[in-house]
Amino acid sequence: MIMPDMDSLAHPQERRFNPYTENGGTILAIAGADFSVIAGDTRQSEGYSIQTRYAPKVFRLTDRAVLAVNGFAADGNMFVKKVKQRLEWYHHAHAKDMPLRAIARLIQTMLYARRFFPYYVYNILGGIEEDGTGAVYSFDPVGSYEREACRAAGAAQSLVQPFLDNQIYFKNQEAAQGTSHPSHLPLETVLSIVIDSFTSATERHIEVGDGLEIFIALSKGRTLQGMESIRGLQELTVTEDGERLFVMRRDLKKD
Amino acid sequence: MSQQSAFSSPGFDFSNSVRNNFLQEKGMPLPKATSTGTTIVGCLFKDGIILGADTRATEGEIIADKNCEKIHYITESIRCCGAGTAADTEFTTATISSNMELHSLSTGRKPRVVTVMTMLKQYLFQYQGHIGAALVLGGVDSTGPHLFTIHPHGSTDKLPYVTMGSGSLAAMAVFESSWKPNMERSDALALVSAAVSAGIFNDLGSGSNVDACIITATQTEMLRNFVKPNERVEKERHYTFRRGTTAWKSENIRDLIVNEDITLVGATGDAMDTS
Repeated sequence: MIMPDMDSLAHPQERRFNPYTENGGTILAIAGADFSVIAGDTRQSEGYSIQTRYAPKVFRLTDRAVLAVNGFAADGNMFVKKVKQRLEWYHHAHAKDMPLRAIARLIQTMLYARRFFPYYVYNILGGIEEDGTGAVYSFDPVGSYEREACRAAGAAQSLVQPFLDNQIYFKNQEAAQGTSHPSHLPLETVLSIVIDSFTSATERHIEVGDGLEIFIALSKGRTLQGMESIRGLQELTVTEDGERLFVMRRDLKKD
Repeated sequence: MSQQSAFSSPGFDFSNSVRNNFLQEKGMPLPKATSTGTTIVGCLFKDGIILGADTRATEGEIIADKNCEKIHYITESIRCCGAGTAADTEFTTATISSNMELHSLSTGRKPRVVTVMTMLKQYLFQYQGHIGAALVLGGVDSTGPHLFTIHPHGSTDKLPYVTMGSGSLAAMAVFESSWKPNMERSDALALVSAAVSAGIFNDLGSGSNVDACIITATQTEMLRNFVKPNERVEKERHYTFRRGTTAWKSENIRDLIVNEDITLVGATGDAMDTS
């Protein structure tokens, strides 16, 4: 009788260094008609330990582009750094910010360049398109991407995405007689849905919590309608007379 | 060569675990059990024992129960906190509790903590660690207050302050910094609460509320949800659905009242012959 553990000693064994780890957390983005909302929690964890309660996962790229990264935090930070560098070079060469759809294609190229040693990161790019519409682009780790109206990624993707499908795309909901579902929701509603997504994910997922950062990108000339009642809103806009960018922060449960 | 014996060799039989390892390699993982990735603690004080526990139960990274009970009843003056596989801690403590009740009926004495500890360790050792119960056992009996930890393989420790579960390091850090011999009841309760809270906030496997149980020679006080530092905030929206939201393909309304037409057969007015 061979004990199960002895079994493995009979063969030669190979040990390998694993360069990746998973750092938890969740990100989410929703596009409106003339705005885009990009959000992420701020907990960074490994296994059952919290590494930090405040590690941003959502980053301003330009006044009309925000990038959220989730997965392996070290790769995420490095990737954002490299995207920002490429955008700075673009600015020096062309004296303007790169358009959102061009940033999306740039990210695809940068991710696919590492096809066989990928950035272990799920990216969601949100912002304002050149035609003034709100947009969300979501990527897989090797660069497959798609423009969508909403997307959740990360640890609680399986909890949040079905909720978004129901509340944003009105999946499994029949419209009332003689009416149809709206294709875009007002900003106030979208922000409520984002906050509820994160407080609910915090309730049922151990890796989600501590803090919430919500970026709001507004189309050129759009009023601040729907943002009047927001506490502690901070403006991040750099250029004048263009798109405007804001961030709001909320606490999440810390257990 | 002699033929292989038809009888199995003496001692433990691991043939099923060889099969299970094989199946696991082939991509059929074992079913995930609800685990209480937990913070449980116990501490000795002037008048007895205080046990403490968080209330989160997890299935992997998903929270299965936000307010479960981890301080189990053994006897009136002996209680046991459980960490590990939820079913194992519940079943083990319930079995031993039942046996202790019978034991005290048979002996006519109140059970002792060492008896419970011995029965638990012998039971767990028998299963060679396959029963995933990590326990903190505490109580007061005729020989005074006692506090033990029992590991899944059956080893035990007797200490003045103990922690177990995934949050044990966070909780033990609090005990190591502040525990003193002969503490007052209120100080000890605050310390236990602080130790469990350290687990709740710093260990992802632990969360929600603090349960505590104070056992003295004269009485046992179960403080369920002693501290509730993690209440859910109010939602921003109400999620009620308009009547008619769910699509339907066909409608079938069935009458639950059964109507029957009764036809009387044979002679109509004859009375029954009762003679």
